[in-house]
Amino acid sequence: MLKQIEGSYGVAEVVAMCRPNVISAYPITPQTHIVEDLAMLVGQGKLDAEFVNVESEFAAASVVLGASAAGARAYSATTSQGLLLMCEVIYCIAGMRLPIVLTIANRAISAPLSIWNDQQDSMALRDAGWIQLHAEDNQEAADLHIQAFKIAEETHLPVMVCMDGFILTHAYEPVDIPEPKEVDVFLPSFTPKHIVDPRAPKGIGLYADPRFYLETRYILHRALEKSEDTIKKVSSEFSKAFGRDSGGFIKTYKLKDADLAIVSMGSVVGTIKDLIDQLEEEGKKVGLLQICSYRPFPRQAIYEALKDKMNIVVLEKSVSLGRGGILASDVRWSFPRAEKKDRNISSFIAGLGGRNIPMEDLRYMVEKVEKEPVELEFLGLKKELISDKDL
Amino acid sequence: MNISAEELNTVEKKDLFTSGHRACGGCGQALAARLVADASGENTIACVATGCLEVFSSPYPDPSWRIPFLHSLFENAAAVASGVEAAYKALNKGPVNIIAQGGDGSTADIGFQCISGMFERGHNVLYVCYDNEAYMNTGVQRSSFTPYGARTTTTPMGNKTRKKNMPLLAADHGIPYVATATVDDFRDLQRKVKTALSIEGPKYIHILAPCPLGWGHHGELTVKICRLAKDTGLYPVFEMTDGKVSNVQKIPVKVPVEEYLKLQGRFKHLFKKGVPAPEVAEIQKIANENIERFNL
Repeated sequence: MLKQIEGSYGVAEVVAMCRPNVISAYPITPQTHIVEDLAMLVGQGKLDAEFVNVESEFAAASVVLGASAAGARAYSATTSQGLLLMCEVIYCIAGMRLPIVLTIANRAISAPLSIWNDQQDSMALRDAGWIQLHAEDNQEAADLHIQAFKIAEETHLPVMVCMDGFILTHAYEPVDIPEPKEVDVFLPSFTPKHIVDPRAPKGIGLYADPRFYLETRYILHRALEKSEDTIKKVSSEFSKAFGRDSGGFIKTYKLKDADLAIVSMGSVVGTIKDLIDQLEEEGKKVGLLQICSYRPFPRQAIYEALKDKMNIVVLEKSVSLGRGGILASDVRWSFPRAEKKDRNISSFIAGLGGRNIPMEDLRYMVEKVEKEPVELEFLGLKKELISDKDL
Repeated sequence: MNISAEELNTVEKKDLFTSGHRACGGCGQALAARLVADASGENTIACVATGCLEVFSSPYPDPSWRIPFLHSLFENAAAVASGVEAAYKALNKGPVNIIAQGGDGSTADIGFQCISGMFERGHNVLYVCYDNEAYMNTGVQRSSFTPYGARTTTTPMGNKTRKKNMPLLAADHGIPYVATATVDDFRDLQRKVKTALSIEGPKYIHILAPCPLGWGHHGELTVKICRLAKDTGLYPVFEMTDGKVSNVQKIPVKVPVEEYLKLQGRFKHLFKKGVPAPEVAEIQKIANENIERFNL
C-alpha cells in the first residue's frame, strides 16, 4: 500500500515484516527514528521480538552477534561514530559468517563533529567482509531490507543496507509498503547453519593459527565475490514478487548513447538523473551508472557498462585522506591496464558533512570534465574559508 | 532455588572441559574453568572472552570444550551472552545455562561496560571472572585487579594502586547473587556455580585463579597460595544475596600476609633488603580491612 511516510518509518515497517527475533541498538542521530519505530512495534505487540536496549553500539553489535550465533534472525541499525565503535565486532560478525542485517543511516565522521550526511562511515568498513547495498530513495531503502535478510541467509554473509542520513531517513516520500503476507512468502523463516546448542555442542569462534587463518580470509573473499549471483537473483525475485525493480548490482540511466558517464551511489543519483534530463534537452548526452552493491564491488558489470565510454566521472561522498576518491579508485581498477590508456576517469568528492550538492555544482562538474580530466576535486569547496596558512 | 543440599555439595567430574589443552602446569584458570563447566553440566553455553582461557582451550581444530563454546572478542563476552539469552527467549528455547567468562582484564577493564550493561538489563546469565590479577596472556601487564605492591611488566617498581573491588561493584547493580571463590576448594566453588545457575537473573562469580608464570610460583603451589590468600584476609570468600552479604568463609587461623607474599616472585622485591619493605605493612593493612569488613 502506498503511504506518505518518513524513510525511517518505512524501513522499520519492513524490517518488522521480516520478523527479526532479536533487535539490539544504541541511539545515534540520524538512525534513531528507525529503532524508535521498531521499539514501538515490539512494545505494542505488533512484532514478536526481543528488543535489547544496550549501553553502546559496540554492545549492540555484540548482542546481535550472540543472538545470531544462537539461531536468531538478528537486526541492528547505526551510523557514523556508532559504526566505528562497532568496527571490531563488524569484522568478527563477517568472519563468523553470521547473517546479520544492519541499517547504516550514512553520516559523516568526527572530527569536527557532524551529524549530517556523507558516506565516510560505511566506506570505512568496506573491507570487513560485509555486503554493502546502497539505496537511492526511501522505496529502495525499504525494499533492500527485505532483500537483505534473504541475501544474508542464503550466503551466510552479513549485509549493511546504506541509506543517506536525513536526506532519506528523515524525508517523507510515498513508499509502497508491502503486506506482511507478501513478505512471508518472499522471505522464508530463518534456518541457521551453525549455532551454539547444547544438544549438538560446537565451538564457534575458535582461533586460527598461521596454518589456517589465510584460508579463512580467502574463503570469505570468495564468498563475497560469489554473493554477486545471490544479490542479482534476489533482486530479480523481488521484482517478480513485488512488481518493481529495487537493488541488484548496478543500474544505469540513459547510459547507452552517452558521451559522458557519471558514476555514483546513494541518494545523489536522483539529482544526477534530473541533471541528465536537463542536459539532454540541451543536446548533451550524459548517462549514469549507479552502484547498488558497493561490496561485493561490481567490477565486471562496470566494465561491461562503461567499456565504450572514454569520459567517465566518479562522484562520491567519501574520501581516503591522503589518497583521494575511494569509489574513483575502485572504478579505475575496473578497467584492464591496456584499456585505461586514453580513458579519462575523473574524481570528484562532494557533499561531505551534509554539504548540499546543488544542480549547478553538478553542471559545473560535467562542463569541467567535458574539457579536461580531473584527477581529484572537492566539489563546492569554499575557497574563502581556507587561508594559505591552513595548507 | 530448586536444588537439594546434597546436589549442591556434590563435586562434579564430567570432563566437559577436557584435558589436553595448552595451559601451563599449575594454571589456576584451567582448573577453575573445568570446575565451572562440570558444575554447570551439559545444558550449558559458554561465551568466552579472548584471553588465556580462550587461547589454551580453543585452537582450531582442537577445542577442549564438550559444551557449546562461543568466542568473539576480548571485551564483549557479557554482551554476546546477552544476545544468546535474548535469542533463547525470542525463540522460546531453553532453559539453558548461559555462562559468560573472562579473565580479570576483560572483566575489570576493557569489558567492564558490557558486563555492567548485562547486569543492569537483567539477563539470565552467569558471569564468571577468572582473576589472575594481571594481563597474563600478553605477558604479565598490570590490570585494575593487580594488587598493591605486585610487580608486573608494566609496574616494574610494584603496583601503586589497590585492586578494583569487582564483586561489590557487581552487587551494587542490584543483581540477585554474587560470590567469590578460589580453586583450592572444589566443593565450595562448584556449590556457588550451581547456586548461581539456580537463580533467575544476572549472577557474578569471582574466582581467584593463580598464574604460576605471572605470579612467579611453582605450579604445585597454586592451591596452597589460594588457601593463603584466604587465610591472610587478602582474598575474602563470601556470597551476597540481593546485595547483602549472606555467607562468609571464616578464617580458621589468621596468617600474616608475608607468608602469602614470600611464595611469589611478583612480591620478591618487597623482601630484598632482609627486612620487609614498607609496602608489606600496607598490604597487611588491606588484609586487616578485609577481615574487619567481612568479619572473616
